Amino acid sequence: MPKLTIDDIEIEVPVGISVLQACEIAGKEVPRFCYHERLSIAGNCRMCLVEMERAPKPIASCAMPVGEGMVIRTDTDTVKKARSGVMEFLLINHPLDCPICDQGGECDLQDQAMAYGIDHSRYQENKRAVEEKHMGPLIKTEMTRCIHCTRCVRFATEVAGVPELGLLGRGENAEITTYLEKSLDSELSANVIDLCPVGALTSKPYAFVARPWELKKTESVDVLDAVGSAIRVDARGAEVLRVLPRLSDDVNEEWLSDKSRYACDGLRRQRLDRPYVRQEGVLREASWAEALAAIGSRMRGLDGSRIAAIAGDLCDAEAMVCLKDLMAKLGSANIDCRQEAAHLDASVRGSYLLNSTIAGLETADAALLVGTNPRWEAPLVNTRLRKGWLRQGLKAGVIGAPIDPTYPTEYLGAGPETLLEVAQDNHPFADTLKAAERGAVIVGTGALSRQDGGSVLAAVRQIADKLGLVRDDWNGFNVLHQAAARVGGLDLGLVPGPGGRDVAGILQGASDGSIDVVYLLGADEIDMAKLGQAFVIYQGHHGDTGAHRADVVLPGAAYTEKNGTYVNTEGRVQLGRMATAPMGDAREDWTIIRALSDALGVSIGVKSLGDVRQRLVEVNPLFDRVDEVVAAAWEPFGASGPMGTTAFSLPVDNFYMTDPISRASETMARCTQDFVAPKQERTGTHG
Amino acid sequence: MLSDADRIFRNLYGQDDWGLPGARRRGIWDNTKALIELGRDKIVEEIKESGLRGRGGAGFPAGVKWSFMPKEPDGRPAYLVVNADESEPGTCKDREILRNDPHLLLEGCLVAGFAMGAHTAYIYIRGEFFNEGSHVQQAIDEAYDAGLIGKNACGSDWDFDIHLHRGAGAYICGEETALLESLEGKKGQPRLKPPFPAASGLYGCPTTVNNVETIAVAPTILRRGSGWFAGIGRPNNTGTKLFCISGHVNNPCNVEEAMGIPLRELLEKHAGGVRGGWSNLLAVIPGGSSVPCLTNEMCGDILMDFDSLREVRSGLGTAAVIVMDKSTDIIAAIARLAHFYKHESCGQCTPCREGTGWMYRVLTRMVHGEAEVEEIDLLEQVTRQVEGHTICALGDAAAWPIQGLIRHFRPEIEHRIVERKLREQQPAAAE
Repeated sequence: MPKLTIDDIEIEVPVGISVLQACEIAGKEVPRFCYHERLSIAGNCRMCLVEMERAPKPIASCAMPVGEGMVIRTDTDTVKKARSGVMEFLLINHPLDCPICDQGGECDLQDQAMAYGIDHSRYQENKRAVEEKHMGPLIKTEMTRCIHCTRCVRFATEVAGVPELGLLGRGENAEITTYLEKSLDSELSANVIDLCPVGALTSKPYAFVARPWELKKTESVDVLDAVGSAIRVDARGAEVLRVLPRLSDDVNEEWLSDKSRYACDGLRRQRLDRPYVRQEGVLREASWAEALAAIGSRMRGLDGSRIAAIAGDLCDAEAMVCLKDLMAKLGSANIDCRQEAAHLDASVRGSYLLNSTIAGLETADAALLVGTNPRWEAPLVNTRLRKGWLRQGLKAGVIGAPIDPTYPTEYLGAGPETLLEVAQDNHPFADTLKAAERGAVIVGTGALSRQDGGSVLAAVRQIADKLGLVRDDWNGFNVLHQAAARVGGLDLGLVPGPGGRDVAGILQGASDGSIDVVYLLGADEIDMAKLGQAFVIYQGHHGDTGAHRADVVLPGAAYTEKNGTYVNTEGRVQLGRMATAPMGDAREDWTIIRALSDALGVSIGVKSLGDVRQRLVEVNPLFDRVDEVVAAAWEPFGASGPMGTTAFSLPVDNFYMTDPISRASETMARCTQDFVAPKQERTGTHG
Repeated sequence: MLSDADRIFRNLYGQDDWGLPGARRRGIWDNTKALIELGRDKIVEEIKESGLRGRGGAGFPAGVKWSFMPKEPDGRPAYLVVNADESEPGTCKDREILRNDPHLLLEGCLVAGFAMGAHTAYIYIRGEFFNEGSHVQQAIDEAYDAGLIGKNACGSDWDFDIHLHRGAGAYICGEETALLESLEGKKGQPRLKPPFPAASGLYGCPTTVNNVETIAVAPTILRRGSGWFAGIGRPNNTGTKLFCISGHVNNPCNVEEAMGIPLRELLEKHAGGVRGGWSNLLAVIPGGSSVPCLTNEMCGDILMDFDSLREVRSGLGTAAVIVMDKSTDIIAAIARLAHFYKHESCGQCTPCREGTGWMYRVLTRMVHGEAEVEEIDLLEQVTRQVEGHTICALGDAAAWPIQGLIRHFRPEIEHRIVERKLREQQPAAAE
């Protein structure tokens, strides 16, 4: 622990940190543009200059490691002069267009110019102008404003793993560019907008929409994948205008995937803002009373075994526990939360969690990916694996379809045969896993949503057991979900009760007429054609596939419109908060189920959100431990029996459109057109 | 004046064969094995005692630099990198060595490489030196064939490889860490220091980067002894040095002379004196384009070495003496240098990227007096804002010539501004 003196304050700091970090510990603010904690050090903006004793000139504090006995001064005239000098240089070629710049109000340059700038310009020459660069449908550029801090370049190269940004040219002609004027092809591309300290890179869909001080900011969690990224929802009036990441070291660090960030315009389109009832084959607008009455008249007197419910991907735990209770009251065991029909065992928590934890995965030194493309299913889990490769040379093996996760992988095989070889320790990669200090196996729903899913799960478990991936201090068995609702649903036991039907069984029953009523709680990813003649109730917020098939539509609230609890893929209980009111006549989802239960005369006995949360904890005490990851016990699970021979498929074929919200989003449609469609054309009949 | 017996560069003018037979005739590669047998410590000690200071411009003691290399290898290889990216305006000393005496450099590489525990040397040569590069490559091939380098170089049991790498024409790649970046195949931008190359240089391994001349003189120092070298010149400024004299002299030339030779003697003995006589001298830039100029008065008795020039707030730099007589537009000359630095700034760090352009533009206006007198102070302040605030020394190099100009020729700049103003007023007066 080196001791150093900063402005006469003596402090002891950890080895290996920079002088800038030490200054922060000492409570001295050091201005900076290029320095960013999660990126490599560039030291090029020169804003963080401080004086060091015995150094002939000021040093860049971001790039100088601390040393024993250093004497640092951050408040001398030399330092002030150096900083105001650098600030002046940054401003001479920066356009004075703050009034029309989207960064205004949240601009580092603007803020720091207040502290270090001078009140007039001494620069008499012409200012530099730089051509715009095309960076795709998400990033708007105004490169004249660029101060060449290279944060975006470092992010793209280091974190996103797509070295498509760079600094071309020299001296004052240097420009940040995508080299070939093509879109930045990464699921994390829009993070460069947050990183950009000026208005050079701003949000294209949000361009000229609002000023930061007009927005109501609500801290919430994202539900468009199973990562549970911490987000801030910025709304003006009833409209969600943008979604930004929040700091959360254990989950999303401070990044956010492009879908989670930009699908929010889908919240304004295709919305279900009033109940509908199908009459003579057509959905007609109805009042709540009419809709509930229509359901009541169809369901009254129906035996529980002829009723079924499926919970979808975006459901909050509150709605799910109410649904579970309602189905129990109705005497039905036909309930399932696994739309994709993954063979997951709700009775053993360790069998369906990402046990290594998201932050833990970055310490893994070997990983076997089975039937999953983490880059598309959970981009922010993928960045952890990439970090593992960068730091400790993570060796990754892939079983399933070939993928490009931005770090090198060894392709082992396409299907169960290869998995079996590894499980039986008959494969070279098994030795890699055995030799690893922290080996991990990550299985995606692509390998579990099949007839033999249970056997696949058993084989993956065998890998974890046999190759020593599970120890007291490390559990390398991981299931990577894509749905924010999935772990919560499994934690609440939304799986068929004794004699009940699972998703496949429900669809089978609906087709052959043994199920009369199917309740879809935001379930849109099932094959609606298989619902046959069943009476379908759809509760949700978007007019997606479920609503189109429904006989009664009950308008619910999207994730930004309700206070909901979600459990992410690692088992972390998180709270989402209401940023805007539900649209039109729509209601928070648990209240709809409660109203329905009253209409059906089987009250589920909850009166307030507090009651529902109480009920959650009753069903599973883990719901009391918000923002914690409770390690799951390692118990037996998995089905016996042979695996099939078909190759594992990938569950996500278009990252930008995976749920009703992103399918309704114009921005996501544009991304699909730019990023996904061209690739699919290439691999299709175009050869 | 340096006696012929004390010359190290005996084929500076290319009158003899540059190939291996000629080199051997001049005593190069003569029992190099014996030099290596002196041992690592002894070689470094000798170089330290000789007082040899780096010839690339900064003048850091070479022996001390070599001693920074790790004594015991930690598993990483060590590298010697020779900086032959000679691009400083006015400087052409390394070019002559590479062209006319490449074996002198190669022998130096072996000896210096051994002294720093390196089995590999890279010679990073300026891309424009096409023929020089060819000579060096042929010399390397000859040396391999003769067993002078390669496995068991010179029978010394030391394996030593030399690779030639051609640069692509950026001045900044002469900065040692930018050179390493470029050598690694990346964009030539200086690295942050620390870590210094001796700790983490080429490919993250211990590396020493030395100028061609520094390496080329090493074998001779070892052969003739540190005392001989230290006996030439003045204390702390020892040995012989190649001077490149260009500009308004009657006979521009490269010449090897003793350190500390008076400037006037250097110009008059070797370059045939200033065009039009000494009194026609306006200014001299004594060390390549990066150092402040000297006025006529200062040139009379100044000695050409590191410390003497430093005392007058200039520097020896690369010892490229640029002579300007009274026909020179000194503001235009310095503006041209400012343009050079603006053009060659890598653009990485703010003060240099933005400052070089600013300085160039102001100075260019000043050439025609298109400025206000207050702007001279502004320009001076801008140079101070650049100087010492950048990652590498290019910012300093861009600032110093302008500081020299303002320090010594401020009346000239003011005069031009006033003249311009008078010119503009005249038509109005005629009406």
